[in-house]
Amino acid sequence: MGIALQTGSSRAEARLLSSILIIALCLTLAPVVRLFFEGVTDQGRPSLDLMRDVLAQPSTLSALKHSIVTAGLGTVVSLVLGAAFAFLVALTDLRAKAALVFCLMIPMMIPPQITALSWIQIMGPSSVLLKTLGIAPPLGSPQPLYSPEGIILLLGIQHMSIIFLTLRAGLRSIPQDVVEAARISGARGLRTWWQVVLPLTLPSLAAGTAITFVTALGNFGIPAMLGIPAGYSTLPTLVYQKLAGMGTTVLAEVSVLAMLIGAVAVTGILLQRHFQGRQKLHLVGSTSRPLALPLGAARLPVEIALWAVVFAILVLPMFGLLAASLVPAYGVPLRLDTLTLDKWHEVLFRQPVTTRAFANSFGLAAGAALALMLICLPLAWLMERRRTRLARLFDSLLDLPYALPGVVLSIAMILLLINLPFTDATLYGTIWIIFLAYMGRFFAVMFRPVQASLKLLDPAMDEAAQSVGASLRRRLRDVILPLSAPAAAAGAILVFLTAFNELTVSALLWSSGTETLGVVIFNLNDSGEAGMASALAMAIVLVVMALMGLVQLLSHRFPKGVVPWQT
Amino acid sequence: MADIDLSSVGKTFAGTPALHDITTWFEDGEFIALLGPSGCGKTTLLRILAGFEAPTSGRLRIGGRLVANADTGANLPPEDRNIGFVFQSYALWPHMNVRRNVSYPLEIRGLPKADIARQAGAALASTGLEAYADRMPSDLSGGQRQRVALARCLVSDPCAVLLDEPLANLDVALRASMQGVFTDFHQRTGATMVYVTHDQSEAMAMADRIAVMDQGRIRQFDTPQALYERPKNRFVAEFVGRGTVLPIQSVATRGAALEAEVLGARVTVQAEPDRGRVPVSHVCLRPENLSIAETGDLRGTVSRITYMGGKYLLEALTTCGSRLFVETRARFEIGAQLGLAITSPWAFAED
Repeated sequence: MGIALQTGSSRAEARLLSSILIIALCLTLAPVVRLFFEGVTDQGRPSLDLMRDVLAQPSTLSALKHSIVTAGLGTVVSLVLGAAFAFLVALTDLRAKAALVFCLMIPMMIPPQITALSWIQIMGPSSVLLKTLGIAPPLGSPQPLYSPEGIILLLGIQHMSIIFLTLRAGLRSIPQDVVEAARISGARGLRTWWQVVLPLTLPSLAAGTAITFVTALGNFGIPAMLGIPAGYSTLPTLVYQKLAGMGTTVLAEVSVLAMLIGAVAVTGILLQRHFQGRQKLHLVGSTSRPLALPLGAARLPVEIALWAVVFAILVLPMFGLLAASLVPAYGVPLRLDTLTLDKWHEVLFRQPVTTRAFANSFGLAAGAALALMLICLPLAWLMERRRTRLARLFDSLLDLPYALPGVVLSIAMILLLINLPFTDATLYGTIWIIFLAYMGRFFAVMFRPVQASLKLLDPAMDEAAQSVGASLRRRLRDVILPLSAPAAAAGAILVFLTAFNELTVSALLWSSGTETLGVVIFNLNDSGEAGMASALAMAIVLVVMALMGLVQLLSHRFPKGVVPWQT
Repeated sequence: MADIDLSSVGKTFAGTPALHDITTWFEDGEFIALLGPSGCGKTTLLRILAGFEAPTSGRLRIGGRLVANADTGANLPPEDRNIGFVFQSYALWPHMNVRRNVSYPLEIRGLPKADIARQAGAALASTGLEAYADRMPSDLSGGQRQRVALARCLVSDPCAVLLDEPLANLDVALRASMQGVFTDFHQRTGATMVYVTHDQSEAMAMADRIAVMDQGRIRQFDTPQALYERPKNRFVAEFVGRGTVLPIQSVATRGAALEAEVLGARVTVQAEPDRGRVPVSHVCLRPENLSIAETGDLRGTVSRITYMGGKYLLEALTTCGSRLFVETRARFEIGAQLGLAITSPWAFAED
């Protein structure tokens, strides 16, 4: 008797949980809170004067209107394209579905500034592709994409994958019996779709629409590449133009703009959560076999139509990009005698800024992926085991930095890090501010797959190790880490892919020497070097597709729900 | 090896009581079964013994060592208790092969490599798994996985082995042979074993003593024979074995024997000797207490017949509406009239 009792293990867990939670909160939620305070104070005192002033400016109101119009109509384009593909792929007996799905995911993984660049290359008077085919419009005619309609079209194409994925996931959760019961009762073809399938998928359709709107609202690459030349500003490009033109003196003003975007986005996020919550109702039955309603004679024409759309929105722009990167000067038609790899050579090996950007982007993306893995693995596991109130609160809010438009997080990060507390030091202008912003922004991208795989893990795995005497550190190392490694690897690859191509955050945070690939493409195009921009963009697209292919090859080793295009 | 001593152990989950004031003692080397319907608190009790849950009241000693005390909030974590735990899902680590699964507890204890190999080899041999040492858990059948789990928990020489419905995921034939494995293991090691199950035949076959639990309480803690033959209350009488509990209308002492009036018939009953203070109120009628006799005290109609292999189990409805179970070798038809005689049933006072 009299043996000293310890609550060692659980105390160690509680301590570790709270210390990691504090780091995670600083990364993800502290910037958002800091931004909010900036908007509602004036020189330290609570005040709404600044907010009233900024909101009264005509430029703010027109940018808000432009943002809502382009994001709203872009969402409609996404909805039409994404829903058509999702219904056909999920419900019918189309062939080569896996290839179709993979192709539809590529627009989501290609960064928006590259989408915009590639479309610019297949339209307008100096398009290399059109010149090569001899169908270019006469010199001097306008580039049709430099217009609100151009922005709407490309936003729609860029985000159709989101609608496609959420709707397909919703469709897959419909038990096959439900549709079969309708057919047994005598409902045929479109009637089954209209009266049974559609009502059951409305919540996921609504949730997908809301989140697509939020994503389109925050898009910076497309309105920046297409809208700035046309003098058409949306909220994110207005923030960029103000900050690029006048520096940190307008920080307070752009904070209000960022809050305005944030407010619209949060409305969309709340709508999405509302619909997602309703999605899981009452669906019982086997969902093991996917539906395959026969299309009959219509199958081949439908397949041809779908692949034609894929060709138009994916392959054609890539050809444009490739063609523009292989000619000596912009506007020269591509022929055997004009074909050259000069731009590739220049951009990959000669330009110091592009090689530096490669190093920066690679370092930032790999560093963020690694650091997030180290934080998210123990955090996700401890949060699963100890559902404290703080942990649950964090769980419900951690998507915010990723769901909120990148501009919002960037401004928030500048505010938080421009003057480090208790020192004169600043992180603004260094690579570290971009690194920390990436950590905050992509936290959810890493955390959610790891969390999903740990939720599926039998808690007895850990308890068995505990019962044979393994300490917290050993259990994390010997049991939890190996079992969640595939999900962590998938999460890390996704973080890397997204961060490697990122533009929105770095466009506001870069300075000379800390350029990222996204920034360099944007700047090259801005300064008229479309050929070099195209070569660099093409190189990045190849890297993205190779990484996606890698994930695809390993996908059978990941738990369900980890690979985003395999929900 | 160690005894387990619980005093006033209770547990509430978010205000809902799961265990009430459990005070009991498991002897060193005993094979104990915790038996009860689902939700009775048996798994909670086991997880408190293991340290996965902390009791909200009371104290727990294992081998004389105080491991949990709700008054001070102290709860020795599972990794420091030196107990073995066999999970219903086996909980084999899928990324380690059989040998590594079994030797992991020794790795934790920092034993020299040679000792680890020797002891793990012995544990594998005693469960008949040598041939599978290099396989992955996913390549094993259910019974083999269960034996790996058993080898893993005995390799580190625990002071007690806790088993949480370990046979629930196996088919009937495998269950019977695994019962043999557990009994052999218990006899060979002499370990204190606590076995949670909802299957009474499993508990009856293996345990030295069975704690029958209901709604967070131990309703009776006794040997399998005593539970069957001398239930202390209505819950145990109905849960263990196949029996019908009937109220006693009146009771009288005739010499040394106790005579009770059941369904209008006077029968001699058995009861606890010291039950004189509290008069018995119910009898438990097992099939062996009933025989078919035309001169019997009761009359009934056959309402259901189940063939049990070599004999029939009849469900008979008496004229006063009670349902009785009778075993017989003779064939009857549904609706046949029976005369039933009651012979020395067990009587108890329902509290």
